[in-house]
Amino acid sequence: MELAESDTNPAQAVKTKSIGEYLSSHLRQYGLLFALIAVMAFFEVVTDGTLLRAVNVTNLLLQNSYIIIMALGMLIVIVSGNIDLSVGSVMGFIGALAAVMIVNYGMSPFLTMVLCLAVGGLIGAAQGYWVAYWKIPSFIVTLAGMLVFRGLSLWLLEGQSVGPFPKEFQVIATGFVPDLFPAGIGETLAGILGERKVNFLALATGIAAAALVVWIGLRQRAQNKAYGIEDEPKSFFIARNVIVAAALIFVMYKLSLFRGLPNVLITMGILTVIYAFITETTTVGRRIYALGGNQKAAKLSGIKTERLTFLAFTNMGVLAAAAGLVFAARLNTATPKAGFALELDVIAAVFIGGASMSGGVGTIIGAVVGAFLMGVLNNGMSIMGIGIDYQQMIKGLVLLAAVIFDVYNKNKQG
Amino acid sequence: MALLSMQNISKTFPGVKALDRVNLDVKQGEIHAVVGENGAGKSTLMKVLSGVYPHGQYDGEIIYNGAPARFSGISDSEKQGIIIIHQELALVPQLSIAENIFLGNECAERGVINWRETNQRTEQLLKKVGLAEAPTTKVDNIGVGKQQLVEIAKALSKDVKLLILDEPTAALQENDSRKLLDLMLELKAQGVTSIIISHKLNEVRYVADSVTVIRDGMTVSKLDAKAGLSEDDIVRDMVGRDMTHRFPEHERTPGEVLMEVSDWSVWHPEHAERRVIKNASFHVRAGEVVGIAGLMGSGRTELAMSIFGRSYGRNISGTVKLKGQPIDVSTVDRAISAGISYVTEDRKALGLVLDETIRFNTTLANLDGVSSGPILKRNEETRVAERYRKALAIRTPSVFQKTVNLSGGNQQKVVLAKWLFTAPEVLILDEPTRGIDVGAKYEIYTIINDLAAEGKGVVMISSEMPELLGMCDRIYVMNEGALVGELAAGDASQERIMSLIVNE
Repeated sequence: MELAESDTNPAQAVKTKSIGEYLSSHLRQYGLLFALIAVMAFFEVVTDGTLLRAVNVTNLLLQNSYIIIMALGMLIVIVSGNIDLSVGSVMGFIGALAAVMIVNYGMSPFLTMVLCLAVGGLIGAAQGYWVAYWKIPSFIVTLAGMLVFRGLSLWLLEGQSVGPFPKEFQVIATGFVPDLFPAGIGETLAGILGERKVNFLALATGIAAAALVVWIGLRQRAQNKAYGIEDEPKSFFIARNVIVAAALIFVMYKLSLFRGLPNVLITMGILTVIYAFITETTTVGRRIYALGGNQKAAKLSGIKTERLTFLAFTNMGVLAAAAGLVFAARLNTATPKAGFALELDVIAAVFIGGASMSGGVGTIIGAVVGAFLMGVLNNGMSIMGIGIDYQQMIKGLVLLAAVIFDVYNKNKQG
Repeated sequence: MALLSMQNISKTFPGVKALDRVNLDVKQGEIHAVVGENGAGKSTLMKVLSGVYPHGQYDGEIIYNGAPARFSGISDSEKQGIIIIHQELALVPQLSIAENIFLGNECAERGVINWRETNQRTEQLLKKVGLAEAPTTKVDNIGVGKQQLVEIAKALSKDVKLLILDEPTAALQENDSRKLLDLMLELKAQGVTSIIISHKLNEVRYVADSVTVIRDGMTVSKLDAKAGLSEDDIVRDMVGRDMTHRFPEHERTPGEVLMEVSDWSVWHPEHAERRVIKNASFHVRAGEVVGIAGLMGSGRTELAMSIFGRSYGRNISGTVKLKGQPIDVSTVDRAISAGISYVTEDRKALGLVLDETIRFNTTLANLDGVSSGPILKRNEETRVAERYRKALAIRTPSVFQKTVNLSGGNQQKVVLAKWLFTAPEVLILDEPTRGIDVGAKYEIYTIINDLAAEGKGVVMISSEMPELLGMCDRIYVMNEGALVGELAAGDASQERIMSLIVNE
């Protein structure tokens, strides 16, 4: 049968795929990584090494922590085929709420944090309810939410800034994990490396994380081989893992030269790992991709699409609240303008990370790298003294370029 | 004189050769029918002709009006008077008839629309096609038959030389179809050349001057109506083999009643006063293949989807029993866990997540089967997908291929794999072979036979009567939402099914 035979031809094509073809069909994943490295290298050179100084690396992480926390939730919302425009406002509102509760009413920071996360969840649930069960477009529901919570923050703060916060609240954003290892190790290392001091915990964490990444990669590769799954060429695998591992150790080393591991980095890291795990290896994650990829097919496959949408927004609310707490703690004050237009940075990070506007496509790691890319651009341009006007334009063009690159790749393959 | 001559046209999609050196010659002023089974390549050929696949994306030569034509897109072919009316109408429902007719071609001066001229010209065009509607009527408010006429009026407004109608009567009632065919004859008298794509042979005989039969992407025969058209000849050419070999051999001994649906009634989801399914009762035995015949719009899909987790309609009443026990089918996941699966008629829109892999789609309806608790066992998933790839002979380099890249037949097999993995007792198959090539059809039939042999109950909805006659042990006939008859395999024939539909 002629048709049947022509069907089998692609099989040979795959086996003989060259490295070049592999690269071109996976350009997006590598492209993002290369872009981040290139941008960092560029700014490192033009800022005369300021970008990668220990204090600046620490700052870079702290500055972008709340964007990354929200990008995790936004990735899920966008993969499910929706959008959330309210996160900046919700973040600001929760910061304001925390300030009023702690500063004005003297409530305990811990209780406040728990309550604020719960309120964030409720806000997300309230918006998700209309989107999921009433089928009102998420753009409209969350646009309304954006206005409502912007107004509520103003009302709550009566137009004033409220602060400062007590120390035990500030530490969630500005605190560092103390070096748990005996001071002697750090001092010895500092002597060897010729640095003033070395936080061994940070360095050890970096090495452990790098080892973990490589180990997971090797295990996956062995499994792929066992199942005959097409995998990246060996040279790519090695190069990619060396770069990622080196970058992890390098960043952690820089951190260890300053004040060690920021608390918020621990939060961010754990959340990223959890959400990457949820999206990639759980049934819930799988169903969210199916929902965004083809809602009708998902529903006819027995997936409770409404409930999933509802949960995606509830989760977004909790993460926006977490980001609000971190943001308020970092500034040590809640202002009515907090979080203004921040939703756009979050959404941009997710799209730069390779998510698709139409849903069903995107990864947590992509979103996090996308957020870092934006963060490095912001930070690098600020160090260079580029005005906010040019910064905005350049960020806009980067977003556009990333999406054009996506579409171009897709057309080329399709 | 030949108006159009397509010579040795070939077109390949990833994995499928859709057209293989097809020749098509259309004379000036005739109505030329292109017939062939679903998936034979008719629509692809028309897409080549109308520039949907521009020059360079196919091999071969198109001679139009005596000169080689290399269209770069639809607007290019339209400029030369080739106008195609697709199966799915391309009208904007929110706009009026006049606005639709002159869409992209407005009677305007420097961007300002002249409404008087627009409406006057629309009236003339509507008169020409015999449609008594005001030019300002919204397209949404007229039926499909009339919308078809609006499409033709739109074509006439563009000074059409070659009109292509792709299955124009597929969605039409009998008398609307007749009107449309008469209009084609009338246009012919006015000098318009037409190509009609159809597999309704009575219509072809009614209007066509000549016929080209296409099978498996190749031109099989050219017939002249003047010499008299024999339906048997056309069918043999279309199918390429005798009816007896189109279906795999089977011998079945149905057992106990497996699923029994009684007094099933469903109301329309939007028009609350319209009852779509009227007290339907039917059953399927273990190891039996039961067909549901009926015209498009008779309520077959609505019946199946309303049973499958109330995926259609509202105010649903009636009972479903499995092995004598009433079962809860109020949501899709309950229906699945009760043992019912529904394979949709629209695999692209409702069956697959096209941008995802075969593996992703295979396990989607039974993720619990490849996970421990909430955590997916991805190796197990791969094993399952591989198992079905082999069992159903899904032709693909690997189960990590995106389903969008598969041919229709292989996509259909993935959808089948998805539902087989839910281990159903009863499978409801809605148009299981629509739009797939003949070889893949045979394989799907074989799978259906295997399922019946395993003691599953199969309900098969199909518009292709030969398929029902060739595969089913019993056939229910559906018309206007009611099951109007039941025929045993031995008693059933196309004529008897049609007469049950007509005499209701």
